[in-house]
Amino acid sequence: MSPRPAQAAAPGEPLLAARDLQTHFELRRWGFLRTGSVRAVDGVDLTLDAGEAAAVVGESGCGKSSLARTLLGLHRPTGGEARFEGQPLARLRGAALKAYRARVGYVQQDPYGALPPFMDVRRALEEPLIVHGVAPRAERERRIEAALEEVGLAPAGEVWGKYPHQLSGGQQQRVVIARALILRPRMILADEPVSMLDASVRVEILELLRRIQREHRLALLYITHDLSTVRHYTDRVLVMYGGRIVEQAPVEALLERPQHPYAEALLAALADPDPANARRERPVPGGEPPSLAAPPPGCRFHPRCPYAMAGTCDVYDPPALGVGEGHTAACWLRA
Amino acid sequence: MAAAPLLEIDDLRLAYATERGTVRAVDGVGLTLRRNEAVVILGESGCGKSSLAKALLRTLPRNAYAPEGRVRLDGAEVLGLPEERFRRQVRWVRIALVMQAAMNALNPVVRVGEQVAEPLRIHRGCSRRQAAARAAEAFAEVGIPGDFLQRYPHELSGGMRQRAVLAMALVTEPDIVVLDEPTSALDVLTQAAIMNVLKRIKRDRGVSFVLITHDVATSSEIADRVALMYAGQVVEEASAEAFFTAPAHPYSQMLMASVPRLHQPEPPQPIPGRPPSLLEPPAGCRFAERCPQRFDRCSEPPPALPLGERHRVRCWLHATGGGRP
Repeated sequence: MSPRPAQAAAPGEPLLAARDLQTHFELRRWGFLRTGSVRAVDGVDLTLDAGEAAAVVGESGCGKSSLARTLLGLHRPTGGEARFEGQPLARLRGAALKAYRARVGYVQQDPYGALPPFMDVRRALEEPLIVHGVAPRAERERRIEAALEEVGLAPAGEVWGKYPHQLSGGQQQRVVIARALILRPRMILADEPVSMLDASVRVEILELLRRIQREHRLALLYITHDLSTVRHYTDRVLVMYGGRIVEQAPVEALLERPQHPYAEALLAALADPDPANARRERPVPGGEPPSLAAPPPGCRFHPRCPYAMAGTCDVYDPPALGVGEGHTAACWLRA
Repeated sequence: MAAAPLLEIDDLRLAYATERGTVRAVDGVGLTLRRNEAVVILGESGCGKSSLAKALLRTLPRNAYAPEGRVRLDGAEVLGLPEERFRRQVRWVRIALVMQAAMNALNPVVRVGEQVAEPLRIHRGCSRRQAAARAAEAFAEVGIPGDFLQRYPHELSGGMRQRAVLAMALVTEPDIVVLDEPTSALDVLTQAAIMNVLKRIKRDRGVSFVLITHDVATSSEIADRVALMYAGQVVEEASAEAFFTAPAHPYSQMLMASVPRLHQPEPPQPIPGRPPSLLEPPAGCRFAERCPQRFDRCSEPPPALPLGERHRVRCWLHATGGGRP
């Protein structure tokens, strides 16, 4: 499979660019009385180049899945802007939206839930081809075979009559990846693709995504809660907290020299296997992540931050400040 | 002489009846646990680690056959005890259980304080007031503010609910707490906080833990000892020191190499192949099919071979005179 050449994006322009992107969900409405909104994505700036793999790392409730769904065109942004190949996503309708979805492949968290139980593998993979008018049938079959081979499910004849429950979790996720690839997208968006899989299968799937991303020069946005799975599989990491990106950096720089106190806390809470771990407690900031319905003023991490400066961090919202090559942190300590 | 083990499991077997046949989920597991020790039962999904906990506490589903083998608690056989005596003398009195996703099993219409106090009223015959006072102590111990006693489960975060079920397991002062995947549904920071609580309790209370997990990094946070399971059997039982620094079974070695690490320049290596079906496990070594070091003898089932003090490996490579020719 060869990716299509970039169409609308001007040379030098990123494939995907979001500026101050916001996705707010309205809470219950009583007549004309509004009770407020959940600010799941609240001012996200990000760019992703063609052929680049980036991870969005954050804990549950930080807005990372809402960000993914907004970028997929499943939620309409309520503010700011996201452009793909130069086209603003918010304005995509009808045929243009359909064409956009063919250019972005989606890999979900739960492969079993992502595959309809009544469709065999071949049917699940043929569906997007039919929807997007790929004909004739022989061409569809050729593409299905190629996609299955690509994800390591060869010979295709052995799997394509199988139903999801007849496959292992790892095989199911391979089918989901094949489906994401089948329309020859420019970008893959993978939302926690390995969190439901066993440790030994996890690495296989991450390797597969990375290989496909490199071979086809696809952009990959890998959404995860697990910082230990970003090295080797992505180039850049964006750390999300309270609906915002608080730090972004090349993967090595983030893991070895985190600049935002939240990223630092996440790293300190994780450990590589070591018998010495049992003999010491890990530093953990107190408190809980902020409610996205009523985020704290100023920096969203300040109520839990060991370095919070009264009068600054609890009042003013820190902008993303440059701290190194391709490395920014939204923290007043770096001003 | 070494202290007698608090818990001794020997040749434990548990099978389920399914439409497709008999699944031997636990197939000859042996394990020892001493007082104030934490043993981690490590394994991937379907290896039988949760079934082991269920067999131990007899919280079995209907399609399970009666567990076979021997389980001794302070030297006294408990596996054969009639259910009524087991309930009164063992379950929750000596061995408490925090089930997988237990934090979601709290009764939504009963205040958490009452739920945490309930085991005391049932198993220790405490009065309502005594039980409430002890529940408050348990809450403090696991780091929940006292006023949370009056709240309902939905008013607590996931981490706080997990602390509450931990308090519930500790409140009767059992000798052993069995925890099945206690942190797997929680966020990174919450996980670390819960592991800190477990470390503190182990230090201050002298409780023993059996922690069941699939997560190698988490297991190293508490383990004194590790028992690695594969296809219904313990393939290696060792001290944490030996297991994490010099694992002896080929599966242990490959599992360690497959773990993604934060600070390691070499990429992790996946383990090719799949575990065998427990409907018809292979007659010989169960890992042989995936093992790069297999040889002729692997077609016979290897026993748990001693490799040092309290270190056993189910692998022919470690047989004296029986190793690779």
